Amino acid sequence: MTLNLTVSPDFAPDHISGWFIFNTWLQRQLETRVHLELYDCFDKQRADIKAGKYDLVYANPFDASMLVRELGFKALVRPLSKPDETIIATHAESSLTCVEDLAEGAQLVATDDPDVNRIGMIMLEPADLDSANTKLNTVDSYVIVAKHLLNNQADAGFFLKDAYDELSALIRKQMKVLVSSEISVVHHALLVGPEMQQFIPQLQDKLIGMAEDEKGKSVLESMNLLGWEIMTEEETEFMIDLIDTLID
Amino acid sequence: MSEQGSADVREVVIEYFDGTSRTATIIDREVPYPEGKLIVSRTDTKGFITHANQAFVDMSGYSQEELIGKNHYILRHPDMPAVAFAGLWETIEAGNKWHGYVKNLRKDGAYYWVKATVIPNIRNGQVVGYTSVRRKPSRSKIAESEALYATLK
Repeated sequence: MTLNLTVSPDFAPDHISGWFIFNTWLQRQLETRVHLELYDCFDKQRADIKAGKYDLVYANPFDASMLVRELGFKALVRPLSKPDETIIATHAESSLTCVEDLAEGAQLVATDDPDVNRIGMIMLEPADLDSANTKLNTVDSYVIVAKHLLNNQADAGFFLKDAYDELSALIRKQMKVLVSSEISVVHHALLVGPEMQQFIPQLQDKLIGMAEDEKGKSVLESMNLLGWEIMTEEETEFMIDLIDTLID
Repeated sequence: MSEQGSADVREVVIEYFDGTSRTATIIDREVPYPEGKLIVSRTDTKGFITHANQAFVDMSGYSQEELIGKNHYILRHPDMPAVAFAGLWETIEAGNKWHGYVKNLRKDGAYYWVKATVIPNIRNGQVVGYTSVRRKPSRSKIAESEALYATLK
């Protein structure tokens, strides 16, 4: 038997090897073959998930909602102390000081990360801005989002806070944050497909135990995670309900 | 509803849909919505609060303990027309999502404006409660809402 695992494409490129190390660790723990497939595009990954190609998905919160409500996945665990937060930033020398300074016709730059873009657009609402009266340029990575800001090709850019924090100090110094979300309860989750649910207790045990042993800890470090915590069905439903309120 | 007191601070009797009422001190002072935050609460099917996040506690001025078990109408500002909440309940009881701009009353009598979204929590096909998420509204939407609500009272 081979299990198929995929990971939301919004992690920093530095941690790609970490997910392969996790894959190897998981194979050893489960004594079964696990195949990891990574994507650089959210839409292609979503289509393959919907086609039933995956048993395990480390999903961003918006995709987690689709996986649970539409495809019968169940959340196993969430990363410890790692909520998904969004930053709207601009060039350090821009005259903008807050979101309300942005005007109609503002040029935005972002990746195709669905949760960051949704929260980003919500944080533009106080300026009466939405997708109809702004121009959004979608690029491949957060480094390119930053590059567009530094080259004055956009007024403001959306970042996953984790990705913003991992940009080099030199790049960050040339930008300033207009607003940073503090939502706390929206986060990624590792989910298991409907065919695999008998393995939930075993998987949860192994994942929770990772932070307790040296080998597991180093695997977590390579993914830039502190550990995992169990996500109950009600906690999952709560997060999905909350996300539902953010989709118009 | 009876009103008395000076222009900036007044005592108002707020009457709720269930026949209860309370006298509240109303202060004409707006507390700005906190940047980047969402105010989140959940209620049971009757509107009694079962969950309040820290932003809710901070903005409402009530402690977590004071909020849990109270009806959500504890936040109702007397400037809000009853018809707005009747529309809310009609919408969510029919299983739909409700959006609206709401002027909320703090424990200290001041107020804050929110853009609110309320959805029914459906578990195994049954509505078991409601989730309300509030976010920062624009000044133009607040002005539009103030003008509209003044005509509905």
